[in-house]
Amino acid sequence: MTNHYIDLKNADVILIMGSNAAEHHPMAFKWILRAKEKGAQIIHVDPRYTRTSARCDYHVPLRSGTDIAFLGGMINYIASNDKFFHDYVVNYTNAPFLVNPDFQFNDGLFSGYNPEKRKYDKATWTFQMDANGVPMKDFTLQDPRCVFQLMKQHYSRYTLDKVSSITGVSKENLLKVYEAYASTGVPDKAGTECYALGWTHHTTGSQIIRTMSMIQLLLGNMGIAGGGVNALRGEPNVQGSTDHCILYGNLPGYLKMLNTSCPDLKTYLEHYTPKCNDPQSANFYINYPKFTVSFLKAMYGDAATPENEFGYNWLPKLDDGKHYSLMHLFDKMYEGKIKGLFSYGTDPAVSSPNSGKVRKALEKLDFLVSANIFDNETCSFWHGPGVDPTQVKTECFLLPAAATMEKEGSQSNSGRWVQWKYKAVNPPEDALAIGDIQIRIMDTIKALYAKEGGPNAESILNLKWDYKDGKGNFDALKVAKQINGYWLADSTYEDKLTGATKDFKKGELVPSFGMLKDDGTTSCGNWIMSGSFDEKGLNKMAKREKDDPTGLGLYPNWAYCWPVNRRIIYNRASCDVNGKPYNPKRKILAWTGDKWVGDVPDGPWPPQADKEKGKYPFIMKQDGVGSLFGPGMVEGPFPEHYEPLEGPLAKNPLSNQLINPTIEIFKSELDTVANASEKFPYVCTTYSCTEHWCSGALTRWQAWLLEMQPELYVEIGEQLARDLRIGNADWVHVSSARGRVKCRAMVTKRFVPFKVEGKTVHQVGLPFNYGWLYPEDGSDSTNFLTPTVGDANTFCPEYKAFMVNVERA
Amino acid sequence: MKEHKMEYVKLIDTTLCTACRGCQVACKQWNENPASKTQNHGSYQNPQDLEWNTWTLIRFQEYTDTDGNFKWLFRKDGCMHCTDAACVRACPSGALHHTDYGVVAHNREICIGCKACTSACPFDIPRYNKTTEKIYKCDLCYDRLKNGQPAACVKACITGAITMGEKETMIKKAYDRVEKLGGKAVVYGDKFVGGTHVMYILSEPPAVYDKLPVKPSVPMSVILWKNLFKPFTLIGMGAIAGAAALHYLIKGPHEVHEKKEGEE
Repeated sequence: MTNHYIDLKNADVILIMGSNAAEHHPMAFKWILRAKEKGAQIIHVDPRYTRTSARCDYHVPLRSGTDIAFLGGMINYIASNDKFFHDYVVNYTNAPFLVNPDFQFNDGLFSGYNPEKRKYDKATWTFQMDANGVPMKDFTLQDPRCVFQLMKQHYSRYTLDKVSSITGVSKENLLKVYEAYASTGVPDKAGTECYALGWTHHTTGSQIIRTMSMIQLLLGNMGIAGGGVNALRGEPNVQGSTDHCILYGNLPGYLKMLNTSCPDLKTYLEHYTPKCNDPQSANFYINYPKFTVSFLKAMYGDAATPENEFGYNWLPKLDDGKHYSLMHLFDKMYEGKIKGLFSYGTDPAVSSPNSGKVRKALEKLDFLVSANIFDNETCSFWHGPGVDPTQVKTECFLLPAAATMEKEGSQSNSGRWVQWKYKAVNPPEDALAIGDIQIRIMDTIKALYAKEGGPNAESILNLKWDYKDGKGNFDALKVAKQINGYWLADSTYEDKLTGATKDFKKGELVPSFGMLKDDGTTSCGNWIMSGSFDEKGLNKMAKREKDDPTGLGLYPNWAYCWPVNRRIIYNRASCDVNGKPYNPKRKILAWTGDKWVGDVPDGPWPPQADKEKGKYPFIMKQDGVGSLFGPGMVEGPFPEHYEPLEGPLAKNPLSNQLINPTIEIFKSELDTVANASEKFPYVCTTYSCTEHWCSGALTRWQAWLLEMQPELYVEIGEQLARDLRIGNADWVHVSSARGRVKCRAMVTKRFVPFKVEGKTVHQVGLPFNYGWLYPEDGSDSTNFLTPTVGDANTFCPEYKAFMVNVERA
Repeated sequence: MKEHKMEYVKLIDTTLCTACRGCQVACKQWNENPASKTQNHGSYQNPQDLEWNTWTLIRFQEYTDTDGNFKWLFRKDGCMHCTDAACVRACPSGALHHTDYGVVAHNREICIGCKACTSACPFDIPRYNKTTEKIYKCDLCYDRLKNGQPAACVKACITGAITMGEKETMIKKAYDRVEKLGGKAVVYGDKFVGGTHVMYILSEPPAVYDKLPVKPSVPMSVILWKNLFKPFTLIGMGAIAGAAALHYLIKGPHEVHEKKEGEE
């Protein structure tokens, strides 16, 4: 979230799209209801009427996978009806920037596309530069090559008729949402958006979110109280795990994973440290080398020296141009190229797309190590349905793990609040915290390398890993301090803006990432968390003060919020170029002439009207402004509607490019696809339910939860059920080109048919919380149906839109 | 009814309920009620009805109003804790009684399992367990109230849909809320059976909701029973305090009820 949960109460309009907030983020929904009580309008756009819809002002059904069309239509409405926040757009976005004259968009493709590689050469996705190497701008927004005009032109194709025909949303409903949401494009109104897996689980997921970010920039809703683009993330510490690099392409703190095209530290740092010639852009990632070197020092301690590039080459590297997502992992496993798997706190035999392929892949492993609080379908795959245990060579280990309340540590919520929690009870019997399991495994591996040697032994033997307490057990606090970072030498820090200095002793903690060094005199495991302790070791994550000086629910002394306890990021954009709050009623920040007062500002510099010392508000962006033109995305600088990999249409109504041109197509014989097929005529989506958690591997064992949602069901609209002569609670088979599941029919008024390109399209949906292991007579995984395909930027699988058939069982 | 220190009312605002069912689980957890083996009946509602081990549940109801607007209605069902409680009137053993909070509790130790309450209750709340031969129902977490804690369902409610407090304050809160909501919203609970200690704010007219009586009242048979026969049972209790005699005394009315309601 750019903002945080409590801040949702400050909004005037809340668009919930790509999320079933009431069911999956019940605590977040409390704050949405607070906003509603104060008169905010709450809108739910979703294929299915859910418990969220029931509490919103109204629900608008939309066909799965057409969100960019819907939102593109909103951009068209905002731009062509002059509903944007002019002052904000001109000053705080790249709308005035002039784009490379060779940049083009034609029939669904941007300039530079290579169909063989399914990849773009981004050479033309650039700006026109002046003599100083600074992007040229037209602040009147009239130049036909300026970002604003190109954007307006791009989305002029997203007319009400076209969008309605693609999405299945009536023109009346489209206008209703567009008018309501665009009403926040004024200084004293705030609009916010809540999304979750309903947006990420698409082949166009990242671009859906980017389209919304563009809308928020156009309406001046970024950086303000009650605004932002807000991913609602879940209880399994999704925020914390991404912050600490659960995704293969990241190092901690969203630094880039090493790859083979950067063979040494110098090349790597040059490649990833952005350059900007505009003195008013803070271009904060100029500090990239400090974060990287401090990270290497945290990994390798004294062994990391300038001479050995701080151990840069001890870290593994990704092969250039190759990807390593969960889907790639199982694809390679299915090919027999992966020998062992550590599967901790996860149940991919249920939760990964194309479960049939995943389970076949597991059979090709030599060993599988699971650490979980219960057995699950992954660990027990060898005696699953249709598997002959005598034919499975894989040796499986199940390590009993501690549950969340049985261990100390930090948890991060979606609002980036990192809260320290204490152990409530000891884990039962032999169960250990994952940290303890890892410490023991690593000790053994280190001992083996020390004794026997092996390839790249230094990378293992030099790991610092001094994370034990006096009794040899895992010490979460020691890890947290290493994540925060230490001074490795006596140092004097000088504040460049004020000239003030402060001395630090070797061994003290680094109180802010602004003080990190690239010379090896600081360590820091994750730069965004630097500042979670003060130099004397005070754990700010454990703070529990309830003061709220702004009255807007920032609660600055409750837990620690990265970065530097800033509760709303890009908050300088809540003020005009002179630092005066746009909305005095919801003032999170104001410039008093010599300093900012309110939330922790995005940097101490004066507002941008001060041409000498002032900086633009979007300090993490190279150019200091929000990107309406976003060349960082692999699909192109402006999001474009493409159909899901499997959809009901043979042709994209907007272009001749049916699917996202940059997605990777998996080619194993189990990766079959059936687009616009008569055999699989119904759009299908999958989701969780309130009563179960993710794959259900934890909650299915809980009798009270299982009592409420005991078995797999498919939600079917009344008309389709009538057509198929399916009665409520009948057993049915749902099948796709990849597999079939048996489940109960839940016939409901909450799914209505869509009118798409003149034809009636039905949609159905199933929860993904069930597996064969427990309950014993229950159903198996919904993911037998889903395809192995994902977003082109993140490889998040497309669980939310594919095609199925439904028949009476 | 006993003199009580303070009457509590639990207010269920259906316009704030997201049907997360935290209340349903919290109730089972606090009261240590086991789960039933269920199946999906084509609805989120599960179990299908109140049971001896399910004292509260959310009823899910798909409803299209007279203007053609689709709504998904959620109603937390459970004991209404009537002031003029038919179950208390009907109970021959004194197991069902009003506590000092004005709510209806149940002393399972002295319950004789006669089921008089099950047919008397206008809300169909008390449930019989064949194994223990006792009646079960919500007591609004008497043990929690005694210790200054809100009922488990109130504590678990995330959105503030379930709140509780002093009776008059809560009644005022209910009417203020309905005024703010406008439209068809109504207060349900204070205008019958002497006023219930569980009240609803409903977004639709009461007649729309499944299994919610529009004008609940104490059945005439129970009034007759209380006025004509029950005094004898109390004399009997006072004089002998013997369960056998008690059972003999209540047997007649009990069987009359069974035949009348066509049960078993």
